[in-house]
Amino acid sequence: MSEILIISGKGGTGKTSLTAAFSHLARKHVLCDLDVDAPDLHLLLHPENTVVTEFYSGHEAIIDIEKCDNCGVCSDVCEFDAITHTNVLPTISPLKCEGCKVCVEFCPSDAINFPEKHCGQWYKSDTRFGPMLHAQLIPGEENSGRLVALLRQNAKAFAKEQALDLVLSDGPPGIGCPVISALTGTDLAVIVTEATPSGFHDMARVTDLCHFFKIPVGIIINKCDINQDQTNEINQYCRKNDIELIAELPHDVAVTNAMVKGMTITEFQENGFSDLVKKAWQKIEKMAGTS
Amino acid sequence: MKIVVASGKGGTGKTTVSASLVSVWKTPVIAVDLDVEEPNLHLFLKPEITDIKPASLEIPIIDESLCNYCRACTELCQFKAISVFEPVIMTFPEMCHGCGGCFRVCPKGAIQKGTRVLGDVKWGHAGEVGFLMGQLKVGEAMSPPLMREVKKQLDKMPECGSKDIIIDAPPGVSCPAVNAVMNTDIILLVTEPTPFGLYDLKLARDAFVQMGTPMGVIINRAGVGDRKVYEYCRETELPILAEIPFDRAIAETYSRGRIIAESNLEIKQIFLTLSEKIKKLSLCEKEPCNV
Repeated sequence: MSEILIISGKGGTGKTSLTAAFSHLARKHVLCDLDVDAPDLHLLLHPENTVVTEFYSGHEAIIDIEKCDNCGVCSDVCEFDAITHTNVLPTISPLKCEGCKVCVEFCPSDAINFPEKHCGQWYKSDTRFGPMLHAQLIPGEENSGRLVALLRQNAKAFAKEQALDLVLSDGPPGIGCPVISALTGTDLAVIVTEATPSGFHDMARVTDLCHFFKIPVGIIINKCDINQDQTNEINQYCRKNDIELIAELPHDVAVTNAMVKGMTITEFQENGFSDLVKKAWQKIEKMAGTS
Repeated sequence: MKIVVASGKGGTGKTTVSASLVSVWKTPVIAVDLDVEEPNLHLFLKPEITDIKPASLEIPIIDESLCNYCRACTELCQFKAISVFEPVIMTFPEMCHGCGGCFRVCPKGAIQKGTRVLGDVKWGHAGEVGFLMGQLKVGEAMSPPLMREVKKQLDKMPECGSKDIIIDAPPGVSCPAVNAVMNTDIILLVTEPTPFGLYDLKLARDAFVQMGTPMGVIINRAGVGDRKVYEYCRETELPILAEIPFDRAIAETYSRGRIIAESNLEIKQIFLTLSEKIKKLSLCEKEPCNV
């Protein structure tokens, strides 16, 4: 089985639009949206027959006002400045609480409860291109890395069960916790960048991250015609670092128009931009050794 | 006044808006890049960096000669950063959140404080504009502790109290984004009039609304997509503070690493009006008001 992950470093370079198009072009596979924080793939895939599973992860500290004698120990031991000690009662900011349990442990009155935290949901659905696993973190919640890991684990198990040999995933932006969780052990990372200084800068950082975890990389330059000098620079970077340049895609409003219609670009139009996307996918399949 | 430029979806133009606002801001200002995973603001403001300091987290180092394998540390640790398999105790520093619980709970004083470098904090200035950024080390998963360190350093800057602050936040709506938005006076949500832009704008509003900070929307690439973002803003009484038209020339300006408000008088006027509206919004406190 192979796992292909689409990432970008910088957000908004076109990861999701391209992942959706690749899902349209790929042979039968399991599709996965690993951007659990701000997932958008479902807006093009319209998942149905969804099985919902609640996601609990970590704990949160909650003061039991009956037992609290307002001694202030909890706010002293909290390294995250999550507890404000007032002359009435301490208050815990749920947004700042990391769920470390230190206040619970050291409270002399046993006045802090530590329930499990409901952080979101994950879904197993059907789409017109096959099965899809996706999730939604509750806005403002944490533990996105664990939710990403859980989705991947389930996607791989489901692919195995269905005798499918490809898991195609749309990744989160950035280089931190959820990206690392999406990336480790994957077979190929396709980095979608754009011909801008931010696109180039962020692509270089996420490429370094892939190299750090020894993940093979290919690069797609989106909006390549916005700045030819930047495109040339990215080309040079790929040659210098021995990275496969999968495709150069021009800026095309058809991608946005397809999105408004809830379609992939390859469904929306037959040729032009779509031809380049099809060629890119053929290259990706070859690189992942799954064609 | 502390203004944070955020968005659910990546690539909507947070950095573009931050850099342009900084460039037209009439009173003294500090620009802060809190997108520590993929910082880009420096690519546009081109500050002279005058100081760089590594930021780190306190992690446990075990003195095995003192450890009696009582397991108090491993039982408290919520992040699986310490494991005891008597007669071996192992730490996994990359899992540590720096809560300090193990140092406190160890009855033998067998845990010393070590450090894990998270990345760098950088200070500088671009002309009159103060500049501060964090840059996460590639391979490091945790951005929130580095962001907290950048914010701490911001509070320590002598001019912090007297100058306005414009913060470029990371994308998304989970812990890093929430960390950036916390304790600010105005939240600007940058979006685009597309299905992805709308969905992620809703997530961002849901995540941030509980803070009670005044919020306003900036619509980038106005003219593409559809009108649903406008309808949503009307229904939820989110004021639209500015619209930046979709224009290939703007995209090209950005792709050359230039600040769009400095490229053309019309765009400059959009940002001047925006900065006035922000000042007005900050006076409205938590009541919805016409701006």
